[in-house]
Amino acid sequence: MAATVSDAAAPAHQFPLPKILTNPASTPPTLITQGAEGRLYKTTYLRPDTACALKYRPPKPWRHPALDQRLTRHRILSEARILAKCRRDGLRVPSVYALDESAGWLMLEWIEGTPVRVNINNRLGNRTEGIEDDEQLKDLMRKIGTAVGKMHSIGIIHGDLTTSNMMLKPPSAGSQSDGAAGLEGEIVIIDLGLAGGGVHDEDRAVDLYVLERAFGSTHPRAECIFDEVLEAYKKSFKQAGVALKKLEEVRMRGRKRSMLG
Amino acid sequence: MSLETVALEHVPSSYRIYLALFRNVRNSGFLHQQLLARNTDFEYAFIDASTIVSRLHLLSAIFKAVNSSANGALKTPNVHSETVVSLSASNNISDAYRRFGVSPSTTDLFVVKITFPSDSTPVPASADAIYKHLKDNVEGDIVPPTDESISSIADVKTVRKNYKLNGLAWLDAVKDEVVKREEIEKLVLSGMALRGL
Repeated sequence: MAATVSDAAAPAHQFPLPKILTNPASTPPTLITQGAEGRLYKTTYLRPDTACALKYRPPKPWRHPALDQRLTRHRILSEARILAKCRRDGLRVPSVYALDESAGWLMLEWIEGTPVRVNINNRLGNRTEGIEDDEQLKDLMRKIGTAVGKMHSIGIIHGDLTTSNMMLKPPSAGSQSDGAAGLEGEIVIIDLGLAGGGVHDEDRAVDLYVLERAFGSTHPRAECIFDEVLEAYKKSFKQAGVALKKLEEVRMRGRKRSMLG
Repeated sequence: MSLETVALEHVPSSYRIYLALFRNVRNSGFLHQQLLARNTDFEYAFIDASTIVSRLHLLSAIFKAVNSSANGALKTPNVHSETVVSLSASNNISDAYRRFGVSPSTTDLFVVKITFPSDSTPVPASADAIYKHLKDNVEGDIVPPTDESISSIADVKTVRKNYKLNGLAWLDAVKDEVVKREEIEKLVLSGMALRGL
C-alpha cells in the first residue's frame, strides 16, 4: 500500500533537470517536448513575467565524454548563431536570451501561439470539400512561402521544414478579429537545430522538398493548396525561380543527391 | 530611496544582487581610479548607464556573470568585472571595460553589487553597509532604475555601434519607437549571449 502511494508521487519530473533549472524561480519549469537530441522546457527568463524556452541537450552517456562535450557545444553554438543571424537580417525566429554551451542549454524567446500544423488541422476539421477555395487558408500558405523565401534569401537552409516547426503567433491582444478563425498572425520559424548556411539552389530545393513531403503526409487533404506556398516563395526573392526549377529535379530523384563525382 | 535588491529567476539562492542608478555623477574620475588601483573597497560593477537600453539588458549581463561565477567559469578576476564584460558582444576584455565601464566622463552610472558567501568573506556585506558606502563615495543623485529612466539616459547611437546594429534596413524602417526599442533590445541580448562566438 505504502509502496503504491510513493510510486504515484515519485515521477514529478521524469528526467533530471539541467542544473540551471534547479535554481529558485517563481514557477517550476514545464517539459514541453522531448526530441531525439534534447528537451524543451518552458520556464522564465530573469523576471517571473518573461516566459522563455530552454533547449537542453543532456550529456549522452554512450558517447565518449570529450566527444560528447564537443558535439553538444558545437550544436548549441551553431543553432544560436543561426538564430542570431536570422534575427539580424529581419526574419522572425525566436531571439536568443542566453546560452551556456558547456552546460548544454540555450534560452530562447517564448513564442506564443500554436504550431501551424495545429492551425491547419483545426481549420480543416473534417471537411473534404471546398478546401481549394478557402481563401484564408490559402493566405496562410502564402505566409509560409514568404517566410521560407525570406529565410532562403538570407542564406539559411532549415534542414527540417515541417508545419510543426513553424509557429503562428497571433496578433498581440487588442487587434483580435475572429474572422479568419485563428489563421491571422505572423509565421515564426522555429527549431533551427538542423539548420545551416547555404545559398545553393540544390539546398533550397531539398529544403522545399522536405516541406512538401512533410506537408503531404501531415495534411493530405490540404495538399491541393500547397502550390500557394511555392507561388509566394517564388515572389519572395530573386533566385527563387531557379530553386523551384531545381525542386522539379529533386522530386524526380528524392532528397538524396547523386553520389557521382 | 535606497539600494534596490534584485531577484532574478534561476540564480542560486546564496547570491544577492543590488542595483543603484546615479545621475549627475561628479566624481566618476575618482571611481575609475579606484578600479584601476584595484582598491578592494570598491568591488562593484560600475557601468556607464548611457550604454544600457533596458533593465532586461543590464539584468542579462548580471545573470551571465552570476552563472559563470556559480559554475567557476569566470574569465575575469571577479563577478563584478565579469558583469561589465558580459555586456560585450565580443571576447575582448579591455575593449569591454572601455565601452561599458565607468570612465572619467561618465555622468550617469549604474552600480551593481553581487554578494555571496565565500572563504574570505563568509558573511557578505549587508544592503545597508553597501548603501552607506556608495552614498559616501559616489557624488551623484540616486534615482530608481526603472525602464523609463533607463530609456531616457540610453544613447541609442552608441548602443547600436557597440552591438554592430547599424545598416540594418529593416530596423531603420520600423516606425513605432517602442517596437524599435524592443527589437534593438532583442538584438543586443543575442549579441551578448553569443559574444562573438
